[in-house]
This record gives sequence, C-alpha cells and structure tokens, in this order.
Amino acid sequence: MTLTAQPVREELAEFLRARWQDIVRAWSAAAVFGHADPADTEDECAELLTGVAQAIREGAEGDPADEGFSAARSVFGPLVAGVAAGQGGRPDVAALKAPLLRLWSEHDKPADMAADGAVALSTVVDTLRLLLLEMELESSAETIRSQREQLTELSTPVIKLWDGVLAIPLIGTLDSMRSQAATENLLEQIVAQQARVAILDITGVPAVDTMVAQHLLKTAMAARLMGAECIISGIRPQIAQTMVQLGIDLGELATRASLADALGYALHETGMAVVADQHR
Amino acid sequence: MTTVPTVREVPIRAEIGIVQVRQAVREVAVSVGFSLVDQTKLVTAASELARNTLKHGGGGVAEIELEQRVGSTALRLRFHDKGPGIGDVELALRDGYSSAGGLGLGLSGARRLADEFDLETARGEGTTVTVTFVAAGPAAR
Repeated sequence: MTLTAQPVREELAEFLRARWQDIVRAWSAAAVFGHADPADTEDECAELLTGVAQAIREGAEGDPADEGFSAARSVFGPLVAGVAAGQGGRPDVAALKAPLLRLWSEHDKPADMAADGAVALSTVVDTLRLLLLEMELESSAETIRSQREQLTELSTPVIKLWDGVLAIPLIGTLDSMRSQAATENLLEQIVAQQARVAILDITGVPAVDTMVAQHLLKTAMAARLMGAECIISGIRPQIAQTMVQLGIDLGELATRASLADALGYALHETGMAVVADQHR
Repeated sequence: MTTVPTVREVPIRAEIGIVQVRQAVREVAVSVGFSLVDQTKLVTAASELARNTLKHGGGGVAEIELEQRVGSTALRLRFHDKGPGIGDVELALRDGYSSAGGLGLGLSGARRLADEFDLETARGEGTTVTVTFVAAGPAAR
C-alpha cells in the first residue's frame, strides 16, 4: 500500500533522522505515556518513532498490520492492560500529531512536498490511534469472554449437605446458558453421589419469571426420572406473591421458605431425624 | 394529571438486553420508592415482556417512563417490536397457551401483575405492549 511518492518518503525519512531527538522530546512532553521516570517515556517514544520511521520508509503508514507498527503494539500493550485494570486513563495518541506536524513545517524541504509529507505524518498518527483502539477492543472482548466463562463455572456449585442430600444455590439472573449448566451439574452429581433429595435454593435469585420457573420444573422432572426428589427453597415473600399473580403453578414440587426447612424435610424423607442430646 | 415523562430506552437485541431491561427497571423503581413487592412484580413483568419482544418480535426496544400523577407516581413500560405481530390476541392472552414452548403465562401473567395493560398489534406490523404500575404516594393515603 503506497500512498506517498518515493521522493516524499525519502524526504520524510531524512526529516525523521534529522529531528529524531526533537520529536522524542516533544512526544515525551505530550504525556501520552504515564511513566514516573522520564527516561522510560523517552525510551518508549524512541521505540515508537523507530517503528513509525520504518512504516513510512515502506510506505505502509496507513496499515496497522505492517511490521513497523509492531513496535507500537509492544509500547501500547502495557497501556491497554493498565486501562483494562482500571489504572490510568485512556492514552490520547492524537496528542502526538501536533508536535510532529509543527516540526515538519519547520523542516527545510522542497515546497511541493510539504502537503504530501504532512498527510503521510497525519496518517501515521491516525494509524497509531486505530491500532490502540483495536487493541483496547480486543482486550475488553477478551475480558468479557473470560468473565462469562468464570461466571458459568462458578455460579453452579453442587453442595452435599448429608448422605443422599444435595443442594444447589442458584444466584443472580438465570439466563439459558447458566441455568442449563446448573441443571447438568446437578444431574451429574445426583448420579455420582447417589442422591435421593436435591434442594434448589433460589434465595439469591432476584425475580422468578416464567422462564426460571419452567427451568426449575424441568430440572425437578429430570431429577425425578433419576430417582431423586427436588425441593425448591428460599422463596421470599415478594417472590411468592409475584409467582401467584403470574400464575405459576409448581404442581407437586415441594417448596420451603428457607434452606434449613428444606434440609429438615430432606432428612425426614431419607429416614433421618435430628434429636436433642439428652445427656447435655 | 401532570405528565412529565422521564424516558429511558433500552434496546433488546439479544438475551443480554433482557438483563439490561430488568436492571434499568429495578433502578427506576427503586429511585421512585416502589415497595419491594412492587419492584419484584415490575422486574418480573419486564422480564416476561422483554423476552417476548426478543423471541416473538425478533428484538425491539423497551421504554421506561415515569409519570407524576396526583398523589402517586406511575411507572410505564412500553415494549415495541417490528415483528410479525400477534394473529390471535385472545389466544395469546390465554393462560397456558405458548407458541414458543414456554409455560404460556408470560403475557397473561404480565397483565395480571400490572395495574394497567395495553396491547397494540397488527399482522406484519409489529407489537407494542404497555404495562403501567402505580405507586401510591404519601398524598394519596
């Protein structure tokens, strides 16, 4: 991709060589990079400029995939990671443009190259911005992906309360993917632990709509086919009222207000009894 | 009746949109002092209707409006889609009828949860469902 004529590119290369120190100093002063040590900032600016010079030499100033911009990638990497971690604000790469163009305008060059050279230098900074933006998008998409995976995994622990008694605390908004994962997890554990009672605790579910209710019913039905009885616990007053008005009928499914009640019921169902110790 | 509606718009294009609608509705309901029971009803109705908008309407938009009435505050949710519309409204509102393999209680249940309910639909022209919840202010008591 050659946007700029060869003589202009040579002139630009000469300009970058001649004014190297000035550009590095001007870029360092632009405070794009939040280093405490000014020497680090100068090093990074020099690295960036080396890449920029290469891109211009190759006529690839508009192509963020060019080899020359790999230097920019390594400079921007920590910046993007810092922004993603909530440290420091977004670096404004556009601030690099004005000093670069000012130095170019001061540079002694053939008059007919002034405009083309300015365009090329402008383009190179625009490409840097584009590159930074791309890297930020990649980074946030990656964060969202990994958080979603963590959420799916973490949100569905199956807890053994007693021999043959399992509990699964459902927390937060249950979308189809999370509720599916919870069901699969529970059914597997029913087999593995030879459970006879499974308690689905919805204390942490803010609202039970028809989709959540249907999910609970389906899970209970599947558990019953495997020989385990399901109990829904943690139905709070406002949820109970809303479910009644919504018209949800949980049928023969046992429900309890609290997990403790459900455990008591489950122990009773499995032939256990909790009795006060007479000798204490 | 003084109508100075505060409008918030939430697009519903994927399942995450349903979650965003619920969060926005809860935020607004808390901010104007709806009781815990009313908040739960609002969020549940919003969840049902938002899912309908996505499943049957192919996505759309939810509008949340606040209206100051004499002695009370009304929160209105309007769900609008440009989907195929509802052919038989009476059937769609019947308990237990579902064209999507659900419990068939979403639309009818939302109607029962709300204080006011309105449904506009035409074949091929989309559907708009409006539900209004009224929180009695101190002046009304």
